[in-house]
Amino acid sequence: MSNKIGVYICEGCDIGPQLNAGQLAEFVQSEYGGTCPVVKTAPVLCSQEGKAMIQADVDAEAVDRVVVCACSPRVKWDVFRFGDKAVVERVNLREQCAWSYTRPETDETAEGEVPETLRMMAQDYIRMGIVKSQKYQKAEAEIPEVTKTILVLGGGNTGLTAALGGAKLGYDVVLVEKEAQLGGFAAKMYKQVPYSYPYTQAVTPDVDQKINAVTAHEKIRVLTNATLEKLEGAPGMYTAVVKNGNGEENIPVGSVVLATGWKPFDPTARVVVADQTACEAQDSEAVVETPAVEKGENVLEPLGYGKFTNVITNVDMELMAKKGDLLRPSDGRPVQSVAFIQCAGQRSSEEGHLPYCSSVCCMVSLKQAGYLREKNENGKAFIIYKDMIVPGVQELYYKAAQDDPGIFLTKGEVAEVAEDGDGGIIVTAKDTLLGEDIEIKVDLLVLATGMVPTTLADPVVNLSYRQGPAFPDLQLFNGFADSNYICFPYETRRTGIYSAGCVHQPMLMGAAEDDAAGAVLKAIQCLESINRGMAVHPRSGDISFPKFNMVRCTQCKRCTEECPFGALDDDEKGTPKPNPTRCRRCGTCMGACPERVISFDEYNVDMIASMIKENEVPDDIDEGGPRVIVFVCENDAYPALDMAAFQGKKWSPYVRFIPVRCLGSINTIWIADAMSKGIDGVLLLGCKYGDDYQCHFAKGSELCNRRMENIAETLGRLQLEPERVQQKQVAIDDYDLIPQMIEEFMNHIIDDIGANPYKGF
Amino acid sequence: MEHSGILVVGGGFSGITAALEAAEVGHEVYIVEKNSYLGGRVSQLNQYFPKLCPPSCGLEINYQRIKNNPLVKYFTMAEVVSIAGKPGEYTAKIKISPRYVNTNCTACDKCTQACPVETDSEFDFGLRKRKAIYRPHLNSFPLRYVIDPAVCLGKTCSKCVEACPYNAVELEEQPKEITLSVGAVIWATGWKPYDLGKLEILGSGKVKNAISNMQMERLASPSGPTNGKIVRPSDGKEPQRIGFVQCAGSRDESHLSYCSYICCMASLKQVTYLRAQYPDAQIVIYYIDLRTPGRYDKFLQKIREDENVLMVKGKVAKVEEDGATGDVLVTAEDIIHGLKKEERFDMVVLATGMQPNMAGQALPMEMQLDEEGFCISQEDGFSAVGCAKMPLDVMRSAQTATGAALKAIQTVVGR
Repeated sequence: MSNKIGVYICEGCDIGPQLNAGQLAEFVQSEYGGTCPVVKTAPVLCSQEGKAMIQADVDAEAVDRVVVCACSPRVKWDVFRFGDKAVVERVNLREQCAWSYTRPETDETAEGEVPETLRMMAQDYIRMGIVKSQKYQKAEAEIPEVTKTILVLGGGNTGLTAALGGAKLGYDVVLVEKEAQLGGFAAKMYKQVPYSYPYTQAVTPDVDQKINAVTAHEKIRVLTNATLEKLEGAPGMYTAVVKNGNGEENIPVGSVVLATGWKPFDPTARVVVADQTACEAQDSEAVVETPAVEKGENVLEPLGYGKFTNVITNVDMELMAKKGDLLRPSDGRPVQSVAFIQCAGQRSSEEGHLPYCSSVCCMVSLKQAGYLREKNENGKAFIIYKDMIVPGVQELYYKAAQDDPGIFLTKGEVAEVAEDGDGGIIVTAKDTLLGEDIEIKVDLLVLATGMVPTTLADPVVNLSYRQGPAFPDLQLFNGFADSNYICFPYETRRTGIYSAGCVHQPMLMGAAEDDAAGAVLKAIQCLESINRGMAVHPRSGDISFPKFNMVRCTQCKRCTEECPFGALDDDEKGTPKPNPTRCRRCGTCMGACPERVISFDEYNVDMIASMIKENEVPDDIDEGGPRVIVFVCENDAYPALDMAAFQGKKWSPYVRFIPVRCLGSINTIWIADAMSKGIDGVLLLGCKYGDDYQCHFAKGSELCNRRMENIAETLGRLQLEPERVQQKQVAIDDYDLIPQMIEEFMNHIIDDIGANPYKGF
Repeated sequence: MEHSGILVVGGGFSGITAALEAAEVGHEVYIVEKNSYLGGRVSQLNQYFPKLCPPSCGLEINYQRIKNNPLVKYFTMAEVVSIAGKPGEYTAKIKISPRYVNTNCTACDKCTQACPVETDSEFDFGLRKRKAIYRPHLNSFPLRYVIDPAVCLGKTCSKCVEACPYNAVELEEQPKEITLSVGAVIWATGWKPYDLGKLEILGSGKVKNAISNMQMERLASPSGPTNGKIVRPSDGKEPQRIGFVQCAGSRDESHLSYCSYICCMASLKQVTYLRAQYPDAQIVIYYIDLRTPGRYDKFLQKIREDENVLMVKGKVAKVEEDGATGDVLVTAEDIIHGLKKEERFDMVVLATGMQPNMAGQALPMEMQLDEEGFCISQEDGFSAVGCAKMPLDVMRSAQTATGAALKAIQTVVGR
């Protein structure tokens, strides 16, 4: 059944007088009379009258598709909604035409008439809007059978908190802990730093209560001595293969909280990371490699560790305090004095050190200095630090420690650690606050060593994904299962798995509890979204998903390799096997596919290709000007253009913007289509890529850039210059730069390259 | 009568996050925001550390999530008058101040062009003027203009009323009060920069070229008063020597007793703004401790490699203006080397801390605040998040906000 498209043109906000809405309406009637039974203008389309006019047409079933030719779709989004009976398409005549138009000198339209270049621009946009509306298919939600069970990996403080959080809302939880006991490191701690007001006194960990609550909860199944061997399937329908003393068990789960925590820093460990970029470039299998750990020199030896018996780590100190008295390892004598060296083996780019700060060690040393003071009232504790990293309210705990007359703190660089005759440790430090080198003799030296994530050299989640068993971005975060988004700390490249606690980022227990609650909320949200057939972040609520026309698939594996989210597995032949619940709907697969096998109902290769074809390309560049298509990322570059227009910025009247979900979704065929139509250049405006990527689909803009080689090849086949296509990295606040980028590209096309020879064919 | 909705007080980054995370599970949420726009403090920032990416990018995604989710309702220009009741059954009275611009507004800017009144822009911390009727900021959501009643000349002027083609200006709009029945409350009222005027030894805010770190964000922003070019406020001179004074008001018993968490990273980030614009600029950072937890430390290590950046451990004793040149004189002690010196700078950035918005405010409901105004209540049905709870960065704020969404849902569902 063909659709009844209504085209409504607004005359407000300079559109009417500048573009002559009536003339545009006549143009639509003459060119699209059959397709568009209703073509109307209104003085102010977003006014109550304007909206009512459209609504009446919808209600009378005169139209079922509405093309609103007015302002940017980011404006008045709440007004132009007409219920389920009509699909709305927006044509941006305000920001992208009326407000940003500059009249070229060559445009000789008579005074009082709409300049020819502006008229052509508005008509191109309206044509593109109409064809887009025609090609739009309403997606139907596909609701799979969802297993609403949450798998929590790790039974430490974070995992216990997450498990209780999920169970309290009625979700079944399976808690997998590799040790025999629950509680993780929290259960081995003597005290924990405070995380409630007034933040001044260390307290006994309450992890035992949590263990009891978890063990007693009917919704929580606890598996100890257990490991996750494999996680097969997809969010909402995973099978967790869990191994424990009784063998392997297949457990259906829906989503996962990763809370496997940390391991103490090993001063002899060297992490060997395979060069992923080289690997991705050459190896067509594109599987994420897990780093290996090799044995090296003990980097803490200069601080006496492994050399002197009375030099221990903060972990050893914690275990000793939990056991009872603080005794010198060498002779069992009660410790009278202890020194702490902060940042041992960390905050350094030296080989074998951790390059980051473990966030907790300053607080831990202050707490452990308190242990000595508590157990021995004459005890003296010295803390030698580089910076006391106790941000926020942690400062209040630090201040309380500073008030203790038995705790001495100084900034300093440790010059030497030596042993005297009777097992005492002598620490020499320079650059101290006291202005001179100091020498401290103590019974015990504690090195404040850091934490490494359990995911450092072990995939842990053991995904049965064709892209490999681990999180793909671990190397960006020194092995932590962290997110690259400041704003969205739970978003990684593996849908349905949310990390919390010290495997996420190094953090104190208070923060880990907040994090656990957040991660389990995301795990629940994922299940509920799948249960409604909807995508999760960033296209939350989207019910469309990529469809595969396998008949034409040539098993080239591009889609399976490129999907930033590992949504596609494949069989031995390389035929893709979609997992819609892993998918974030970015369309990167659609962009990758040379056979145009992949499409969304609401967004597909044919739709955009048809839009490109709707542009009127003058045969002569000198008379009608050149034409350039600009594909813009709808999340960042598009809003930036709006803002540029708000600021009164102008740009060439020869560019036509086409918004895309992500640059990753750009299919080479679009560029070929544009070129064979005589379009002179194509500019791709997308997000920054690299280690600090800003692409909301992680890899989309980067993959687009990698495809530029293929694009150059395509252009080569057409005997065209590869520089006719360029990709620029922009951010949403580059509104001041984008008009200039367009200008430079246009100049490059006009002055350096010249007209596309395919014009007029 | 028990209620399933969740009230989120404060529509800044934490509040939006809490609201959206709850709504995307399937719960109805109400955001109450006192400003004319959502987004709060982060809307004023140029970039986030350590990625140096623009906050408007994440906000834009969140605004799209709000647009697409009918479960999220928001009120701007709105403040909570009172909240009564108990977990599962709260009644909140909300006062909505007049915006004087109705939903007819298309953001065409004609009113602003007609308005004869100019006043300091609070969004830009006084670094530029705005009109009495104005767009809250370039990417404001909702995109609707607003009138500042404190300076608007009212009906005697009416130039904006005449200029508006859409009958959007309503000078006689009255405040409204609405009542919301909700099951849980998330408190996300955020923070404000500590008042420079209280920092006597740092010049009481009167040294023209000693700006706050938040002012620096506006100066560096492409939508800011100088379109992103960092220049001295007094004379527009390009600064070549810049000093950063850390802990301006923080970690100080007579001001803020705590550490404000973000200022070290904020200054290090601002160093990158300056170094990008001025390849020869010399920068000195005066600090007590550089607090760069977690992966932030790698950012610090990168800045340390910059030979034009000197980091001096020491407390600043005095910040003064050299009247003749507009330069800023900083007297500080270098603790490591035992030196006390006066240094001359073109411009100084005072890394002012964050003070909870609740400090000194009347409370619309029973809750516990600490001496500084942070909310320390921990009870069923009510959670404080983000910087209403404690000083935090954006990532941690999002974590607390997401966690609070879980707790709120537990209250409204588990009953």
